[in-house]
Amino acid sequence: MKSTILKTATSYLLPILLLFSVFILLRGHYHPGGGFVGGLIASIAFVLHGFTYGTENTLKLMRYHPAVLIPAGLALATLSMFAPVLLGLPVMTGLWIDEPIPVIGMVGSALFFDLGVYLVVIGVVLTILFTITQYNE
Amino acid sequence: MLIAVLAGLIVSILFIPFGKFFRQRAAIAVSLLPISLFLYFLSYIPAVRSGSSVSFHYPWVPSMGINLDFHLDGLALLFSLLITGIGSLVFLYASSYLKGHPYLDRFYAYLSLFMASMLGLVLSDNILLLFIFWELTSISSFFLIGFNNDDPASRKSALIALAVTGGGGLLLMAGLILMGHLSGSYSIQEMADNAERLKNHALYGLILVLVFAGAFTKSAQFPFHFWLPGAMKAPTPISAYLHSATMVKAGVYLLARFSPVLGGSDYWQYTLLIVGGITMLYSAFHSIFRTDLKGILAYSTIAALGILVFLIGIGTPESLVAASVFILVHALYKASLFLTTGIIDHKTGTRDVTQLAGLRHVMLPLAIGGLLAALSSAGLPLTFGFIGKDLIYEATLHSPGLLRFVLTAVAVLTNIFLLYAGFLAGIKPFTGSLPQQFKGIHLPNGLLWIPPVLLSLLGVLFGCFPAWIGEVLLHPAAQSMTRLTTAAPLKIWHGFNLVLLLSGATLILGTLLYWVRKPSEQRLSALTRFNMLSPEELFRRLYRSLIRLSVWYTNTLHNGYLRVYLLRIVVFAILLLAFRLFTADGIVIDLGTVSPVSIYEIVVGAILVGGLYLSVTTSSRLTAVAATSVVGYCICLMFVFYSAPDLAMTQFTIDTLTVVLFVLVLFRLPPFLNFANNSVKIRDGIIATLFGCIISLIGLLVLSEPIRTEVSNYYGDNAYVLAKGKNVVNVILVDFRGIDTMFEIVVLSIAAIGVYSLLKLRLRATEKE
Repeated sequence: MKSTILKTATSYLLPILLLFSVFILLRGHYHPGGGFVGGLIASIAFVLHGFTYGTENTLKLMRYHPAVLIPAGLALATLSMFAPVLLGLPVMTGLWIDEPIPVIGMVGSALFFDLGVYLVVIGVVLTILFTITQYNE
Repeated sequence: MLIAVLAGLIVSILFIPFGKFFRQRAAIAVSLLPISLFLYFLSYIPAVRSGSSVSFHYPWVPSMGINLDFHLDGLALLFSLLITGIGSLVFLYASSYLKGHPYLDRFYAYLSLFMASMLGLVLSDNILLLFIFWELTSISSFFLIGFNNDDPASRKSALIALAVTGGGGLLLMAGLILMGHLSGSYSIQEMADNAERLKNHALYGLILVLVFAGAFTKSAQFPFHFWLPGAMKAPTPISAYLHSATMVKAGVYLLARFSPVLGGSDYWQYTLLIVGGITMLYSAFHSIFRTDLKGILAYSTIAALGILVFLIGIGTPESLVAASVFILVHALYKASLFLTTGIIDHKTGTRDVTQLAGLRHVMLPLAIGGLLAALSSAGLPLTFGFIGKDLIYEATLHSPGLLRFVLTAVAVLTNIFLLYAGFLAGIKPFTGSLPQQFKGIHLPNGLLWIPPVLLSLLGVLFGCFPAWIGEVLLHPAAQSMTRLTTAAPLKIWHGFNLVLLLSGATLILGTLLYWVRKPSEQRLSALTRFNMLSPEELFRRLYRSLIRLSVWYTNTLHNGYLRVYLLRIVVFAILLLAFRLFTADGIVIDLGTVSPVSIYEIVVGAILVGGLYLSVTTSSRLTAVAATSVVGYCICLMFVFYSAPDLAMTQFTIDTLTVVLFVLVLFRLPPFLNFANNSVKIRDGIIATLFGCIISLIGLLVLSEPIRTEVSNYYGDNAYVLAKGKNVVNVILVDFRGIDTMFEIVVLSIAAIGVYSLLKLRLRATEKE
């Protein structure tokens, strides 16, 4: 699309939306939010960019194909599931660091699981949408 | 023990990264795996010798009664030693047999997977665990039969084998769950302790049918035997290992293992006697008509499996001793014959008995091995086969009543045919004068010819010292099947009696048959005329009609129009829900519990209806999509009003992405045309309204139900205590029900891969044009 307003807005919106998605992801454990919604918001940010500048440019900007995020996210979620086993605890036991870390807050295995969900959702949504867009072109 | 069982699985996974390395240099090193396992299991002989057993317990999913419980008793040890012992030889043999094969790494991966699952199967005490390994053996067998995957016949045989054994496996699963449920325990030990409870239960018959279905399909009993000759498409070491010495005996193992649990009743006994009897006679008879060496061995293997089922059916202590002896006898001579056949095939390029002759001049050690195996199969004194056959006759002769004559006659007849088949495979290729075209053949390297010769020699060794192997291994094995305490030691010489007479008669008649009758193609083709009546043909017909049915079904119900799918789904749901609603005791809707309607809701509702109207009446696709998204956003607002922010956020983003997706797809569609005439519109309108009414009615009914708060209270109370989170929804997603989420993201990933590959593959197809 050749709209200057959209182009200008998008270049500011992309980082803001991504930051917002991370914010949503991190607050998920205490307030409305979480990996799933966060991932969707992040994908919307990229989709918006794709609309404005064309999918090719978005893919260039991302450097790696979004499909790479799927195995990465699945691996992260799986690792966080099985991490407690190394300590002799049952699968999916919640492990937490006692003191909150500044900015991020409480860090535990559930957060990494959520991060995995976040990555998978971005990967899935963008893979599907970009594949269809490229097919059209 | 856990490591021992899982070692094969681990090794088979290691082949994924290191396959190339193994294929090029270290193929033979893989054999260290079965060899070390063999030695490991040998070390348990003293512990099991006295009839006692060793148990291992590793919790896995204790809440569902699935634990990694392993139980090593005589029967399990006998099978474990067969699996690892013959496995060692097959691993070594294959490293030379398939040398330089491009998929050698894959071959060893499947083989290790198979060995691990077979070990797991015989060692499991938990029947659910047993079932998992049972299925794994079917799957690895499928891969190994179809190993030459560019040959259509190979692929087809693999599929048939999987269909038959997998189908049986499903029924077996039902049977096992039923057993576990009715006896209150999934441990075979505990079930055996209160076996009466199962035997007296009304569903005992059903359990028997289901378990038999699993065992008979796996062990290729009539009428499911036809997959086994087809499985001979696998490389010969595989046929020797899976389809003769070990995997096909899994069904026999299951029957033996469940003898103390389910056995002893008339149903058990007569079914096994009839099925085993028919199988042994039918396939022993068939084996003498084959001209392909592997065909002969396949049918005689089925016959041997029949004998085993038959012996378990007799069920007396001495018949069970006979069964455990015969398991070892058969594994030794049949694996040896198969491996010999592999060498002959490799060297001469043919497996046709009518053409093979005189190979003793060029491969003398192999000829001796073949001769000894054939003699053991014939049951000549001083071979282990003699002991086996004696025990079989003894068991049939001691069965009660008139049955004795029938059973003995069946056993003698089968053994005569088996002797013929054994001579054909082990002696015929080596005798006579050497044809001109085989003159250039030399003895292959030691890795190939030593394993079969070693197996044959073991047959003779055990035949000379039966008492020793009986005490060490075979009596403990029989003790696992029945609770007998003492058994007579195995002997070579029983004195002049009826058994010896029968043995002698078998030998003489079988040898006569071998002298008189020569294998020929004509006889085989005469037999194939009756093929249309065979179970294999019936199975093929069933298979074809199933495909016809599914083609018809797909064309009628799945015609590719989305609107037709939607219509059918909605109409079906309406019928189902309406039926349920109108047969209910009475519908009570209490509007008192509904909260009062606020002005926001009225406004949002009005926008919603407007969006709906626009989406139905507009003639532009884009407008319709936008209008639908208005409806979606209105629903999000409703969620916000009723304090479900998580839901609203997710719905909001999903709606946005759906619109984007729609717009992307709309590019591809042809211009908007209105196909629907008025009557179709009216019909769709009525159906949509009906569906809406029914869903609303259900919504109201749900509200009138008394609210149960146990679950939500539990999550509310424990979210912070147990999972350190204050947002209950998210805590449920990532912690309490994290495994659900895990599977959801896996499903999402599969969807993405599906879309990607569908579109990309099509792109490539168009690029070609």
